Amino acid sequence: MIPKRIGGIKFEVLSPQEIRRMSVAKIITPETYDDDGFPIESGLMDPRLGVIDPGLRCRTCGGKAGECPGHFGHIELAAPVIHVGYAKLIAKLLNATCRECGRILLKDEKRDEYIKQIEERKRLNQDYEDIIKEVFRVTKSVKVCPHCGAEQIEVKFEKPTSYYENEHKLTPKDVRERLEKIPDEDLPAFGMNPKAVRPEWMVLTVLPVPPVTVRPSIILETGQRSEDDLTHKLVDIIRINQRFMDNKEGGAPQLILEDLWELLQYHVTTYLDNEVSGIPPARHRSGRPLKTLAQRLKGKEGRFRGSLSGKRVNFSARTVISPDPNISINEVGVPKVVAEELTVPFYVTDKNLDEARELVLRTEHPKANYIIRPDGRRIRVLDTNREELAEKLEPGMIVERQLMDGDIVLFNRQPSLHRMSIMAHYVRVLPYKTFRLNPAVCPPYNADFDGDEMNLHVPQSLEAQAEAKILMAVQEHILSPRFGGPIIGGIHDHISGLYLLTRGEKLFNRREVMTIIKPLNIEELPKPKYVKDGVEYWTGKQIFSMILPDISIEFKAEICQGCEECKKENCEFDAYVVIKRGELIKGTIDEKAVGAFKGIVLDEIIRKYGKERAKKFIDDMTHIAIRAIMYTGFSFGISDEDIPEEAVEQIHEVIAKAEEKVEKLIEAYRKGELEPMPGRSLEETLEMKIMQVLGKARDQAGKIASRFLGMDNSAVIMAVSGARGSMLNLTQMAACIGQQSVRGERIKRGYSYTNRTLPHFKPGDLGAKARGFVRSSYKEGLSPVEYFFHAMGGREGLVDTAVRTSQSGYLQRRLINALQDLKVEYDGTVKEQTSDMLVQFRYGEDGVDPTKSFRGKAIDVKRIIKEVMEEGN
Amino acid sequence: MTTLDKILDEYPLPLSVKEEIKKELEKINASEDIARKVVERCYQVYLRNLMEPGEAAGIVAAQSIGEPGTQMTMRTFHYAGVAEIDVTLGLPRLIEILDVRKNPSTPMMTVRLLPEYATDKEKATEIANKIEATYILDVADLATDIRRMRIIVTPDEKAMSKKGLSVDEVKKKIEKSLKNVEVAEGEGKIVIQITEPSYKVLMDTLDKLKKLVLAGIKEIRRVIVRKDEESGEYVLYTEGSNLKKVMKVKGVDASRTITNNIYEIYEVLGIEAARNAVIREAISTLEEQGLEVNVRHIMLVADVMTVDGELRQIGRHGVAGEKQSILARAAFEMTVNNLLEAAVRGDVDRLKGITENIIVGQPIKLGTGDVELVLKLGSKL
Repeated sequence: MIPKRIGGIKFEVLSPQEIRRMSVAKIITPETYDDDGFPIESGLMDPRLGVIDPGLRCRTCGGKAGECPGHFGHIELAAPVIHVGYAKLIAKLLNATCRECGRILLKDEKRDEYIKQIEERKRLNQDYEDIIKEVFRVTKSVKVCPHCGAEQIEVKFEKPTSYYENEHKLTPKDVRERLEKIPDEDLPAFGMNPKAVRPEWMVLTVLPVPPVTVRPSIILETGQRSEDDLTHKLVDIIRINQRFMDNKEGGAPQLILEDLWELLQYHVTTYLDNEVSGIPPARHRSGRPLKTLAQRLKGKEGRFRGSLSGKRVNFSARTVISPDPNISINEVGVPKVVAEELTVPFYVTDKNLDEARELVLRTEHPKANYIIRPDGRRIRVLDTNREELAEKLEPGMIVERQLMDGDIVLFNRQPSLHRMSIMAHYVRVLPYKTFRLNPAVCPPYNADFDGDEMNLHVPQSLEAQAEAKILMAVQEHILSPRFGGPIIGGIHDHISGLYLLTRGEKLFNRREVMTIIKPLNIEELPKPKYVKDGVEYWTGKQIFSMILPDISIEFKAEICQGCEECKKENCEFDAYVVIKRGELIKGTIDEKAVGAFKGIVLDEIIRKYGKERAKKFIDDMTHIAIRAIMYTGFSFGISDEDIPEEAVEQIHEVIAKAEEKVEKLIEAYRKGELEPMPGRSLEETLEMKIMQVLGKARDQAGKIASRFLGMDNSAVIMAVSGARGSMLNLTQMAACIGQQSVRGERIKRGYSYTNRTLPHFKPGDLGAKARGFVRSSYKEGLSPVEYFFHAMGGREGLVDTAVRTSQSGYLQRRLINALQDLKVEYDGTVKEQTSDMLVQFRYGEDGVDPTKSFRGKAIDVKRIIKEVMEEGN
Repeated sequence: MTTLDKILDEYPLPLSVKEEIKKELEKINASEDIARKVVERCYQVYLRNLMEPGEAAGIVAAQSIGEPGTQMTMRTFHYAGVAEIDVTLGLPRLIEILDVRKNPSTPMMTVRLLPEYATDKEKATEIANKIEATYILDVADLATDIRRMRIIVTPDEKAMSKKGLSVDEVKKKIEKSLKNVEVAEGEGKIVIQITEPSYKVLMDTLDKLKKLVLAGIKEIRRVIVRKDEESGEYVLYTEGSNLKKVMKVKGVDASRTITNNIYEIYEVLGIEAARNAVIREAISTLEEQGLEVNVRHIMLVADVMTVDGELRQIGRHGVAGEKQSILARAAFEMTVNNLLEAAVRGDVDRLKGITENIIVGQPIKLGTGDVELVLKLGSKL
């Protein structure tokens, strides 16, 4: 069945007649309920306006609560009031039309010319706001009406709803009378459509009363009724309206009537929008500003963004995540309690009736939770009615079955910044209460396990399940569309593990090899590389080769030192990776080979053997990496940054020298001997030079420290292999934290009148210590002064992050909004769907999908040539 | 035409790909047989790598640019290579580019020179002096004589000759820009006599004098001459930007001179240049942060910003604000105003875009939602 589509939605202004026509009740009393708690007829809770209490029926349509959409009522206003939203437009109209005859202050030919221009722009789907602006500008300066010759007086508009003509205030009634005189023919020149609006409708004489379903009252625990903000506001309006009418009939003095009129205007204004500038917002008794019509629509939690563009859903779950390297990357571990609550529909047909019956009869985990009858009734399956329901089961019913292994679910972590933030996983029902995921899928979700929570959704229709499996499965997203490289890959321990396994020539006997490859499906071991005293030994490189498909590549590893001349295969650091025919011959596997974002080996596998093979490779890789790191043993603690006394001395010497050098620079500056750098002041030059000296000192200290730590140090292994941390982190832990900065400069704020940062220093001290240089390491600990400066730098970082997230979030929203309607057509062009505007003749100039592109290039020519040549041989 | 060209001609591959194939094949001196095989294979791979119809190219592009935004820094750093000039980088710069700010926070130009000037340091410096804004304090000392209500300008000969200014020129400039004064010259000094004896006027005149640009281009606050290590030519880097005027300066190679002020490029060189500028600036901002983003995404953004011949910003006052759909605009920003305005105009929302259809609860016309082929149940294929 092809579902019907809505063709369009037309927007118009409600006319008073229309408001009366759609109204089912005229509301006259401000009271809502009588003493017995029943709604008062002709009151704001009139039963004809719809039902909200369960059990009752609507007096208008007869529907029950939930079925009846509610019906509008209306209030006859005792005097017309201005609609705030149109106040400005009314002001413009008053100045653009004759105060006597109501005609536009333009000759007919001129008017038609403008109208023609507007029509033309409309035809071309272009903005015509500027023409309308011009019409208003031109007409405003006209002094005499070209039609009747009446002299014009400028109408001054005072926010929010007052109009003055030479100090004389125009009442809404006057305004309405003037607007009535504007002929339909003149309206298009003001950008108004006579079919949709009459100008006088912008001055309200009748007010629609929204149905009770729009403003339901809630019953508090105390049994008291608490009314919606809108109801409160409507009560105010009716009360004043009533008073106004009584006073008018009673012949009250004009002054009092005017005051009441003002008050009515105020209430109607705040009913429509409670954030109008110029008047105080209407408040609740507690002092909280009321949430009226405009506030309901506006903003992030408003109707548009909060309830229409984003909706709440069923069949979802949320809990803390934790890692499990033993499940595949396209699986997710679902806690049993969650799996027992979430359901998947099972459509009963005559072919699977028995299967369905069995499900309903089950009393353990994958059992049926609900049965939905063809009439839509939903029946919970309980111990008491299980057998009866199973008996009654027939084709056409839907059995809601608990989530079980092999079901497809969507998994998501906020913020959902890119499409890899929601991917489809296969369910693995597991004990305990967290969602489990393979750590290799952390990078696309940007997840870690420090308490992160994630959401899970169960697609219900077969179409949705098929789409999830084909388009959203994890392996479909190994390559990122952002840069066309792998975004899923090894992290942290995977990298350290493989590094330890493949570095150099580590030997493993049969037993050890078996331990490592236990989870893999390997039938035959390769020939052992060495046999010593009858014992067979395999190298770590051989073990890694077991999970490799037939690929041949060469590249420099992450640990590459960047020697001036690369020795390639003979690299003394084992940093040149050579893989031939699926065999790791030389080199160490590290971040560059299998890491997320970089992984060259991964990239090669996915391009040569496809997504499934790449998925298997990542799975196998996590398995052996984890086992390898467990076999070797890998730990990291505070004593790992211990450096010998000798090193500490050297570091202190380097820093002392640097500080001395800084002093010398300052002295030179004070004596005026410092040469300023071109385009910089003397002070800036000094600062830059000092920063340079101190930066260099820290680097030197770091080098000394790393020399003494050696390549077997856990922290060093993690840093060089790219698993976690950097040499800078290490330097800061072991040697010297270095210069703290605020706004990219040395710390200079503090006591500005004596020009010093803290009272511990002499006025005007520019030395390293006085300006936030921290010479201690994290291991040594910071002095109180250093600690303070460090906190300053740290705070800046925190503020920076907080500001950045909100800014980049807004940027992303704007980008999405601007580009969301672009689509690649069948002919390869890119078009904007709403306006059919052609944006690109060919997507990206060559039509190539960035995901499939090879580092931005359309195709990998070199590789194709290599392939063809190999085939030829 | 070589046989290789002939083979390549048979396949509708993009030009850049053809060139690369040609280069690579020539390198290995491939036989015709192999060449044909390679080109055929390349074409097959190319077809496989094409974007799929119905793909939400826009959303992918928006995500690809927006997602790395969270990883960018917020600080102003020094321009790579020229430490003297501060340039906004990272997220603020990216926002600036997409917002199409008319006055970016750190405008900057890279001025390249014609060959005869580019190799000669002196000539290059001469041009630098010519375009750099020179204020009176740069070339002269000012003194106020309160008793006689006048300002005395004492030119510094060395500075004057460096900037190529004569006392007479300075005098004329002053005469032209200051009102109610009498300017006299004597003993190499310029005396400015205030006609109206008021202390306030004297001070105002002094302030005006200090702001007076004697030579050069007002916007160009500073010029730095650098030798480009690669090409060996002298390049001028300026703080501040005025493309139109700098391009007219003699010795400047207008075709290789650029500014980072995109709006200026749009005004001076037109929409296509602006498109390229958006791409170039966005790419360099992202690259500087070490973030890899495919050009195609940025090209798409640039194209959307420039399709209708005007440079439109990404946001309320540009692309998003000119959307056809009322509901889409209402869901973005300024909800109430958009609805009220639509009612007066009697606008119709045709529900063609994404947001609108989400709002009314219909499938969107993208990807799998865009397929119109329906198989009737029970019918045979």
